[in-house]
Amino acid sequence: MIQHLASLPILLPMLAAVILLLPPCGKSLHIRRIASSIMAIITFAISVLLLIHVHNTGINVYAIGNWSAPFGIVLVADMLSTLLVALTSLLGLGVILYSCAGDDAKGNFFHPLVHFLVLGVNGAFLTGDLFNVFVFFEVLLIASYSLLMHAGDKQNTRAALQYVILNLVGSSVFLIGLGILYGVLGTLNIADMAKKVSLLTGDDVYLAKAGGLLLLVVFALKSALLPLHLWLPNTYASAKPVVAALFAIMTKVGVYAMLRVYTVIFGEQAGSLEHMAQPWLWGLAIATIIVGAIGVVAAQDLRKLTANLVVVSVGTLVALVALQNINATAALLYYLVHSTLVCAALFLLADLIATQRGKAADRLVGGRMVNQPFLLGGCFIIAALTVAGMPPLSGFIGKIWILKTTLNSEQAQLFWPVYLIMSFVLLIALSRAGTSLFWERKDRKNENSDGVNAHPLQVIVIIGLLACSPLLVIFGGPISEYMLDAATQLHDISGGINAVIRGGA
Amino acid sequence: MELLYASCVGVLISCGMFLLLRARTFPVVLGLTMISYAVNLFLFSAGRLTINKAVVLGTGTDYADPLPQALVLTAIVIGFAMTAFVVILAIRGRADLGSDHVDGHLVKSAAESKEQK
Repeated sequence: MIQHLASLPILLPMLAAVILLLPPCGKSLHIRRIASSIMAIITFAISVLLLIHVHNTGINVYAIGNWSAPFGIVLVADMLSTLLVALTSLLGLGVILYSCAGDDAKGNFFHPLVHFLVLGVNGAFLTGDLFNVFVFFEVLLIASYSLLMHAGDKQNTRAALQYVILNLVGSSVFLIGLGILYGVLGTLNIADMAKKVSLLTGDDVYLAKAGGLLLLVVFALKSALLPLHLWLPNTYASAKPVVAALFAIMTKVGVYAMLRVYTVIFGEQAGSLEHMAQPWLWGLAIATIIVGAIGVVAAQDLRKLTANLVVVSVGTLVALVALQNINATAALLYYLVHSTLVCAALFLLADLIATQRGKAADRLVGGRMVNQPFLLGGCFIIAALTVAGMPPLSGFIGKIWILKTTLNSEQAQLFWPVYLIMSFVLLIALSRAGTSLFWERKDRKNENSDGVNAHPLQVIVIIGLLACSPLLVIFGGPISEYMLDAATQLHDISGGINAVIRGGA
Repeated sequence: MELLYASCVGVLISCGMFLLLRARTFPVVLGLTMISYAVNLFLFSAGRLTINKAVVLGTGTDYADPLPQALVLTAIVIGFAMTAFVVILAIRGRADLGSDHVDGHLVKSAAESKEQK
């Protein structure tokens, strides 16, 4: 059993989705909810088990069908990928529990689609084969297309159409990049590619560079890096908030792919192609932070504001990818976990605020008072403090860590002012948003209390997601040690190659 | 053969790009299909263009690279499913938004609006 552990975070969501489509679950909403929650809990438990197992025993390589590494497809469960798998499963569980309060009944097939999305994201994190990354990208994308249309209206169709077309073009570019790399290197196994890329000579070097940079275009599109970020705010804001909360992990898949490809394949050992994406990533990342922050200030409603916060977090993460050292990667992992959870919580919070404010919804204008001002206001202030990086919550630790790792880099004189000014801008935008959402009222006479209170399950999920932030601080010691170990493991390229090539045999 | 093959891919990609930049969903879907054809051909060529190589083990000394064919097959299946999805979405968009414009609204030209008056 234990040797198959690495494949379970992919197989379990698939099994769950299929079970949920079959008659007893397909017919009764009640049974479907229970089955879906149980499967999500099992997936999360297995992911945590895998995390602990990998932490204790080192990299786990699972050769699918027992075909050994450079020839067959392998799953590589190292500390980095298992951490992200656990994060995805946790988010999936939260979203499923939240949706049980009523969101899942507004459209068809919500639960199976969420499990399919988790399957795709987990697969993309775990696989050790670049073509498989493409396949799992497609799996998660087609699930996300359908989820985007969940309980949709006209606005939704338009955003979905643009999102789908953009991603189809992205997939084509991905395939062309893969084709070039395969033609040059003769392999698509990430570890094998890392071994062979340094042996390239002559024209092949330039072909590999072209292929690698085409992949950068795709990953930039998936993670919403600057020139290709325009789809994100509209898509996330028009999706149902519960779906948008799940989408918070999807941009991180792009960042993860960048981290893998440009640290392992085109990293320190790549000979003449060493760190080839770095000059691009650095500039684009800083520009993304600036544009994202402007978007946050300009946002008209809370969902769009949160979507732009996702753009800012992507910019920060990519800046850390560009640094390519162990400390930066560790800070990246910490920030990634923190920002994913808090952005998801903010999306869910936007949903509650919108339902309780009636007509004003989550637009940043004065309107009816929310039904539970203390609960929602309290959650909002915690989320806002976390996301803006104020002490004593996890955003602050993440920010300090990021600033510390960038201190010695050459570009610090550009990054520091941009990052600090932009976090100040975020703070202003968030306080303005909070003020108009909770304090500003149009007329006090017309206050009726026909709004509904939040379902206890919804409150529990939001508080649970927000509670991860103080927990990240309280257990900051062991967690940051784990992140450092994971980063060391990622940067130990020859160790990784040996584990994969030997482990599969 | 290489020249013919490469120009085929090139023409398909450029036609696809041109159609993709149109504003209506139908040409966009056609463009996507063309690009995916071009991509499939391109992936196939990653295994080098050769003639008279054995496909099955034990029937010759030189073998054709089987992996690109597997990749192309996967890409075709995925591309087919995605095209089907985008066609359905385009039809729904036409019904929901009242036009087949990718942005969801048709910019009426001045002449057209005068005619309606």
